[in-house]
Amino acid sequence: MNDMTHDGYVTEDGRQIGGVMMEMKNITLRFGGVVAIKDISFDIREGEIRAIIGPNGAGKSSMLNVISGFYTPSEGEVWYQGATRPMMKPYEIARQGVARTFQNIALFEGMTVLDNVMTGRLTKMKSGLLSQAMWWGKAQAEEIVNREQVEKVIDFLEIQNIRKTPVGRLPYGLKKRVELARALAAEPKLLLLDEPMAGMNVEEKEDMSRFILDVNDEFGTTIALIEHDMGVVMDLSDRVVVMDYGKKIGDGTPEEVRNNQDVIDAYLGVAH
Amino acid sequence: MTQKSSTRGELNSIPKLLARNAVEFGSAPAYREKEYGIWQSWSWSEAAEEIQSMALGFLALGMEKGDFVAIIGRNRPAHYWAMVAAQKVGAIPVPLYQDAVADEMAYVLDHCGARFVVCGDQEQVDKVIEVQDRVSCIEHLMYHDNRGMRKYDHSRMNALADVQAEGRAAHHRFEEELSTREAAQGWDDTCVMLYTSGTTGRPKGVVLSNRNIVVTAQNSSDFDNLRSDEEILAYLPMAWVGDFIFSLGQAYWNGFCVNCPESPETMMTDLKEIAPSYYFAPPRIFETQLTQVMIRMEDAGQFKQKMFKYFMDHARNVGPKILDGESVSGLDRLKYKLGELCTYGPLKNSMGFSKVRVGYTAGEAIGPELFDFYRSLGINLKQLYGQTEAGVFIAQQPDGEVRSDTVGVPSPGVEIKIADNGEIFYRSPGAFVEYYKNPESTADTKDAEGWVATGDAGFFEENSGHLRIIDRAKDVGQMASGSLFAPKYVENKLKFYPNILEAVVFGNGRDMCTAFINIDLTAVGNWAERNNIAYASYQELAGHPEVYSTIQSHVEEVNKSVAEDPMLSGCQIHRFLILHKELDADDGEMTRTRKVRRKIVEEKFSDLLVGLYDGSKTIYTETEVTYEDGRKGAISATLELRDAAVKQVSPKMAAE
Repeated sequence: MNDMTHDGYVTEDGRQIGGVMMEMKNITLRFGGVVAIKDISFDIREGEIRAIIGPNGAGKSSMLNVISGFYTPSEGEVWYQGATRPMMKPYEIARQGVARTFQNIALFEGMTVLDNVMTGRLTKMKSGLLSQAMWWGKAQAEEIVNREQVEKVIDFLEIQNIRKTPVGRLPYGLKKRVELARALAAEPKLLLLDEPMAGMNVEEKEDMSRFILDVNDEFGTTIALIEHDMGVVMDLSDRVVVMDYGKKIGDGTPEEVRNNQDVIDAYLGVAH
Repeated sequence: MTQKSSTRGELNSIPKLLARNAVEFGSAPAYREKEYGIWQSWSWSEAAEEIQSMALGFLALGMEKGDFVAIIGRNRPAHYWAMVAAQKVGAIPVPLYQDAVADEMAYVLDHCGARFVVCGDQEQVDKVIEVQDRVSCIEHLMYHDNRGMRKYDHSRMNALADVQAEGRAAHHRFEEELSTREAAQGWDDTCVMLYTSGTTGRPKGVVLSNRNIVVTAQNSSDFDNLRSDEEILAYLPMAWVGDFIFSLGQAYWNGFCVNCPESPETMMTDLKEIAPSYYFAPPRIFETQLTQVMIRMEDAGQFKQKMFKYFMDHARNVGPKILDGESVSGLDRLKYKLGELCTYGPLKNSMGFSKVRVGYTAGEAIGPELFDFYRSLGINLKQLYGQTEAGVFIAQQPDGEVRSDTVGVPSPGVEIKIADNGEIFYRSPGAFVEYYKNPESTADTKDAEGWVATGDAGFFEENSGHLRIIDRAKDVGQMASGSLFAPKYVENKLKFYPNILEAVVFGNGRDMCTAFINIDLTAVGNWAERNNIAYASYQELAGHPEVYSTIQSHVEEVNKSVAEDPMLSGCQIHRFLILHKELDADDGEMTRTRKVRRKIVEEKFSDLLVGLYDGSKTIYTETEVTYEDGRKGAISATLELRDAAVKQVSPKMAAE
């Protein structure tokens, strides 16, 4: 399954997965003397849910930051939609259709849910600062279009009742959902979720899992996620990359990964 | 086509009223629904077209005259359209409670033999599929919200929009057939079948004819001078008779607009935005709103709090009088006007009651303080007494004759008589045809002359001629000492305290009364927050000693007030406990309309009841609970049992 062909595969539940959307080729990331990621290669295919797992400090978040363009790899190449990705600012990468949520919620606490989700549309807005401030002509038309898209996301994630509530007043689980809403508002092709279930109770996890599956199903969004909850990972994802100490130790379907001796060792612990 | 049907004579069915409205009020709004943050609206002629195409689609699916069509979902225009479309083809709509678990649904679907089911969304579809192997009658499923539905097997399932599209495409083939079926309907054809919530035993299917619904809608609209420019918010369960009368019967008779909220959670915001002119709510909703106002007032600044208190005190004195048109001094009127400007107006606005011309509360007794609070603000809140079998209306209060302890005069066209044992009987054009497939129950309830037994005990007040309800006739009993036992009377007094959500009083045939109490998590939770009392669950808060003390003081105050009535003084509560779980419809302890099933509660918590009577101080118990998805679990708790002070009124009670 890990061959580099461009035709996809069919998942167990009958979804057609497309060709390679993003490919990480021999990525190494160093911070001074610390090597966070060592020579890792894997791909993400159109329409799949791809998980990155590993024990604490394995380099998962660094990997996600490389994908989102926040970190530039010290060595190696990132291929996105059939071409190498040059050095880019994160917002330029966002414009290419990559959106993300954060492990530690990064919302504007004083702003309402609606305004927060609207910021997800920022890359789609073209009118200037002045015309937006005056809310005149093109800016007005643009806002209406953007608001419509945002309302669809609000409807999708069932957060109508907190539309006008300042984010600071929301419980943790809902904040996570608002983050997802903001990422979805950008209409991403590739959605990166950094520990979407962290700190949630069982019910919130169930809700979030359903939303992730629905997003993938309804919009065809490709999803790459980091998650600690093994049950969630194994249920949700089509393919899993396992990292440990910055190295890739496993890659394949949840079933394959579960039976991989290196992975079992990494989780249960062996002498290094 | 609409032209023809309006000249077709009598307006004896909902589809015929629709046809008339499409001509007379063509461009006026008939339905609004908030979606994507905006109120989307449909005019009467647009609604008529939507319903027409849905009815044609139903014909294309092979719906026959007399088929039952179950409708399961929250209040949305498309669900109302499905009911009227079913009526157009001669089928009978059966709205079901959307929060019912699959088992309850299976019984009703099987009992009426529904061939078609219209579901709101995936959740409802899943429930129907779950019971489909037991309920063999279901042939075709339809759903409104297509989210998550893509992967389902569509061989016997369609989106409502697709059914409509099919209907539009096939209009040449079916239009004639549809007009024939529509025209063929008469006064005595079934309009709708509604299942009673069933405080005892299985739900019963109440068959209501076109005459029941249309005549009742007409009479009740005349009583309150309803007009075509009323605005109502449809938020109560569609399976409940009241919603059918208000949102279909009266709306179609008068041609007014039905507004549907965006989601159940946004109901309060939507209420504020719509500001209905005609409003209906059970006491519970009014109570929640008052609690919210009071909680928020406590957070307000000093000046605002003082102003609120000053003007509310004034309103309590003169507000109801002004509303009833009694004489009030000029100065008081001026002060009331000022209060309207500073307090009442903004308050009504934030609660969504700025424009209420007629408001009703029913279903349960309403606390006098609660009732007066709303009336003192100038809201014309009235009480009515009704039931499913009557097509809602039995008695209601005319403007200007409103009191919290009566339910008013007989509704237009309704005759009421009181039997020797105090039970209320009525006869009216709205009185139901029969219980479906249940002739014994029909015969028990409705006699040959058309008198229907309500099961409630009550009497007419001598001077005012208003009806007063005492209790459910079969709940009224006798204590061992021979004094009258009326549990509802005491329970209502308890429930008037914001801290108490539910109370169940026992004592029939025993020597003293005891009670189970449910605390109101919103009110008590707020109190806990203010007093830095940490709690993790309902159970923990309910067991808190300070909460117990507060509830005990409420119980003792109630005892004092009960003692004042010589007839009912025996009903004072000697011992009580706070239940470790909220009574819930999913566990069968309540009906879907949130009425306590006394018998079931008594059986389920029989161990606790024994504890209340054997004098023990604490008791350990385990209870089975049902989760929303139908799974079962168990919770255990050690409960405290408390004694409450009672007032000695008669020597008989001294034995305690």
